Amino acid sequence: MRKIITIHSPAVLVPTANIDTDQIIPARFLKTTSREGFGKKLFYDWRYDADGRLIRDNVIDSQLSGPASGQGRSILVAGDNFGCGSSREHAAWAIADAGFMAVVSSSFADIFRNNALNNALLPVQVSSDYLASLMAAIAADPALVVSVDLLSQTIYADGAGEERFRINGYKKECLMKGYSDIDYLLAHKDRILEYEESHL
Amino acid sequence: MKQTLFDKIWDAHKVMEIPEGPDVLYIDRHLIHEVTSPQAFNALRAKGMKVFRPERTFATCDHNTPTLHQDMPIEDPASAEAVSALARNTEENGIRYFPLGDPGNGIVHVMGPEQGIVLCGQTVVCGDSHTATHGAFGNIAFGIGTSEVEMVFATQCLMQTKPRQARITVDGRLRPGVTPKDVILYIISRLGTGGCTGCFVEYAGEVFRNMGMEGRMTVCNMSIEMGAKGGMVAPDETTFRYISGRRFAPSGEDFTRSVERWRQLYTDDDAVFDKEYRFDAADIPPMMTYGTNPGMGMPVDAVIPESAVGCDSASFDKALAYMGFHKGQSLLGFKVDYVFLGSCTNGRIEDFRAFASAVKGRHKADGVTVWLVPGSKQVEKMIEDEGIGDILREAGFELRQPGCSACLAMNADKIPEGRYAVSTSNRNFEGRQGYGARTILAGPLVAAEAAVTGCISLPQHTVC
Repeated sequence: MRKIITIHSPAVLVPTANIDTDQIIPARFLKTTSREGFGKKLFYDWRYDADGRLIRDNVIDSQLSGPASGQGRSILVAGDNFGCGSSREHAAWAIADAGFMAVVSSSFADIFRNNALNNALLPVQVSSDYLASLMAAIAADPALVVSVDLLSQTIYADGAGEERFRINGYKKECLMKGYSDIDYLLAHKDRILEYEESHL
Repeated sequence: MKQTLFDKIWDAHKVMEIPEGPDVLYIDRHLIHEVTSPQAFNALRAKGMKVFRPERTFATCDHNTPTLHQDMPIEDPASAEAVSALARNTEENGIRYFPLGDPGNGIVHVMGPEQGIVLCGQTVVCGDSHTATHGAFGNIAFGIGTSEVEMVFATQCLMQTKPRQARITVDGRLRPGVTPKDVILYIISRLGTGGCTGCFVEYAGEVFRNMGMEGRMTVCNMSIEMGAKGGMVAPDETTFRYISGRRFAPSGEDFTRSVERWRQLYTDDDAVFDKEYRFDAADIPPMMTYGTNPGMGMPVDAVIPESAVGCDSASFDKALAYMGFHKGQSLLGFKVDYVFLGSCTNGRIEDFRAFASAVKGRHKADGVTVWLVPGSKQVEKMIEDEGIGDILREAGFELRQPGCSACLAMNADKIPEGRYAVSTSNRNFEGRQGYGARTILAGPLVAAEAAVTGCISLPQHTVC
């Protein structure tokens, strides 16, 4: 897995609350048995009409062109309760594949949060007040650089200031060193066998 | 120390604690389907590994499957490949698979309990958010992502941070015409679509005690729609009766011993929850949604409110614009285009009994397309064995074959753009039932009224 330590990037802003994973990646794109290439389908129905034509001035693509075009935008800033609904990990794959390394919101749905962490996509949970300030600052200056530092667990942007976010110590280390949970569990197989022996 | 039901099951499954990290839980039952498992099998294969405990995993195909002509090859090549991959992967790993057409096939959350795969006091996971359904039997059951599916394949364990706990108590008696779906839509409308995020919920009180297993499954199923990790009901005689005699359930003395153990699965009297909510059954009316998340619900005979819990005003307005509704609007008499009875929420025999009881002796309305989709082959069989099929056909309806169907429109059952569907499924998200589809979630009785009147109506005999 890729490692995450610090991210400095302008953001893509989707201020809607309760963005569900059907919006992030519609179910009809889940038929493939591979995990590659979902980035092109990210927020598809917000970006393309029924005939597959790009919708002019849609909320996503309009932020990818304009004054900051050419700079990769690797932070997504979204409304409260991001990633609710279906457990599809394709949502995290799509966001990561589209080049994002962190999602900032005032809360995340539980399954989405785990899926993001398992794909080196950092969920940065901030207070509602901080999120409102950050959204206002980005709306005023779409090229605003947002900084996320995992080591100090802080997020900073001019106009919004700094806030500390929480992440458990184990997951933090996994993200910073690129470790996966499966490797950890496989290294503790003896404990699993002991459990089976004594409980089953 | 006083423990909740959840604490008891969690502790009994804890393999180890990771310092400053999550717990490692042993998983008793792993259910899989064709949408969220192939990438996990691929990853396992790439590591040169096989499924560690294949006898604890059970597979079905449900999302991509057609609901007509299931004896023919699946037309959509991508869907056909997804289903074939599941057959190959389960064969390769020695996992029991219930293929299309098998008497045990059906939606994973309908066939799992029916086959006696899911018991009491277990940890149950599936790469599917509606795994919460299995909490109805007093289990810690929740949906996981594909990386976690791979984790369970490789180790039969999962890393999880222990969630907070909430108890939702509903006492009193439900009014005539009020179904379990109305109970959960009411609760979600009160708590909001993210109201229980980070929590595991126990449903307690008279209403759930008096509910059958199908109803408890409907309620637990939608726990995720208020953000809860899962929802559970303590097992009782109703639960044990349901499990008794099922194909994979313990039998004879084994069953008796299991029941003795399961009787210990309850929350101690003085156990403390992080959050407690109480509702009165008499306050719960027939419900439906008007917006684009399940928290945007209201009584069938109410007017669309000015706001919803957990929804800012811009998001609320965006939802109403998508639905083509406005604040203060009554939907009674509103004409709908489609009715869908089915899904892992309301595709069980009780739902078909309720629907049939309401349409008996009446006739399908002109101009409305009605899809009646049993949740499993077993439900399909019971519909015919109980004579429900005849009642439905006499009323002008046709039955389709089992699967997830229009709940998420991965097969051909899509609601067209701009059309309105009264749907007994679980999600009214934008585009969930097809590009531009407008979903009104409701229970089987409200769906039945829409099917015979062509519009939103209160169930007959409802006392308001």
